[in-house]
Amino acid sequence: MKRLVPLIIAICAGFVLIIANFIPYAQEWGSTAQEWFNILAVGAMVLGGGNLIKLHLMKVSAKNKGWGYSVVTIGCFFATLVIGLSKMGVHPNPIYPDYDWSGYYLEEGSGLWWIYEHMVVPLTSMMFAMLAFYVATAAFRAFRAKNTEATLLLVTAGIVLLGRTYAGVWLFGWLPESMEWLRFDNLTVWIMDIPNTAGTRAITIGIALGVVATSLRILLGVDRSYLGQD
Amino acid sequence: MYQFLKNLDRRWIFLSMLLAVAIPILMRIAFPEVVSKQAKMVFDAVESIPDGSNVLLSFDFDPASEGELLPMAQAFTRHCSAKGHKQYYMALWPLGSPMVDKSLDTIRAEYPDLEYGIDYMKFDYKAGGEAVIRMITTDLRGMFPLDSRGVSLDDIPMTKNIKNIQDMDLIINVSAGDPGTKQWVQFASTPFGITTVSGCTGVQAPQMYPYIPKQLAGVLGAIKAAAEYEAAIDEVYPEIAANPKAQEAKRRMGPQLVAHSLMVGLIIIGNCIYYVGRKRGDV
Repeated sequence: MKRLVPLIIAICAGFVLIIANFIPYAQEWGSTAQEWFNILAVGAMVLGGGNLIKLHLMKVSAKNKGWGYSVVTIGCFFATLVIGLSKMGVHPNPIYPDYDWSGYYLEEGSGLWWIYEHMVVPLTSMMFAMLAFYVATAAFRAFRAKNTEATLLLVTAGIVLLGRTYAGVWLFGWLPESMEWLRFDNLTVWIMDIPNTAGTRAITIGIALGVVATSLRILLGVDRSYLGQD
Repeated sequence: MYQFLKNLDRRWIFLSMLLAVAIPILMRIAFPEVVSKQAKMVFDAVESIPDGSNVLLSFDFDPASEGELLPMAQAFTRHCSAKGHKQYYMALWPLGSPMVDKSLDTIRAEYPDLEYGIDYMKFDYKAGGEAVIRMITTDLRGMFPLDSRGVSLDDIPMTKNIKNIQDMDLIINVSAGDPGTKQWVQFASTPFGITTVSGCTGVQAPQMYPYIPKQLAGVLGAIKAAAEYEAAIDEVYPEIAANPKAQEAKRRMGPQLVAHSLMVGLIIIGNCIYYVGRKRGDV
């Protein structure tokens, strides 16, 4: 029963969406299925939060390595949840002044806005910015022309790196008009338009065929791996 | 020299990258931009539709990619505002909503004549990703009965007659991943033939090129394309060209040039060390 019911739901939902896509009369069924999906997506967020808490509480209770970080995670999770749900510091919406919680949750000066502006923005930006430093050391230590393929990749990377800046124009600006295609910026456009597009199309078509095959296996109940082990 | 470079402490590389980025920013080094074919295609897609057309702008990115994507998002906002397009903003990412707010702040500060609800409006974030797109292609009110201020769509002049996003003349998507441009192409642009342009991160750009020109009217890949798009706008709109805040992407091309040159230099030095080491039997 534990496996049969989810299996029937998945098969029915899958076929409803396929039918809704091809038969105009059944389009409404597709919209209803989408609404269910949206409700489930919200439920999944709650499930995700619960799972996060469970995992970190287990780590803290077992005093695993780095359990202190888990305490910080749990603390931040609940602080953000309480501040966000209670709309701390949010003023009522001018259209509905009698309703205390009617204001915009990220209103400037509110608690959640403060967390977003002073914690989320700097932390996520910093994580992304750190990549520049690690990519630079990786370029110095690991990007080696060990064989023909690696050399091709290296040359292409060099052209694109310079072609995506003014250096692409400036380095070969002296070339006559008939040889302008040799300029790094023009070569970058060619690399992106021709070899890259051809390769990406091939990969995309391959993935699409794989998705069709996997979807069919799920719809026909052959592939049940998504139901888990127990 | 060989031994010195071979054992070079990586902190020197970190320091050189810091200087490569910081010096051009502090010295305000900027370079002229040549408008590429892709940037021109995106510019033409926004420019060629009649003034006052309905444009849906979905900002599907978060603060992690703000540095790369916000300048192009703002450029789209300024271009649409200058053209007098009706702008419908939304976000498929939970942290995308504040990115939209930055564009609304830009409209309020730089285009005070434009009015909320008449010239621009915002839908709030809804969970579901691609399912949100699928839903609004047929039933906008089913997904968004209210705008982000809690006002019914029937009471907002610019949404009163909008049934679904098939009523849009153009979709502009600024995307840092999934859900993003790929989903807009799959569920809105391709099945309903809505003209769509995309601005995306450099990592994503190669995956978007195969959709051009039928499923996507153009793609802006990373900050370089954003700078070219700004240059294209500047050529036609002198009031935007005179606005220093509208040159953010161009300003970032200075650090990009020096940082990329440093990267190429590091790759060359790294390979020289590798070859010398191989000759000496050191690798």
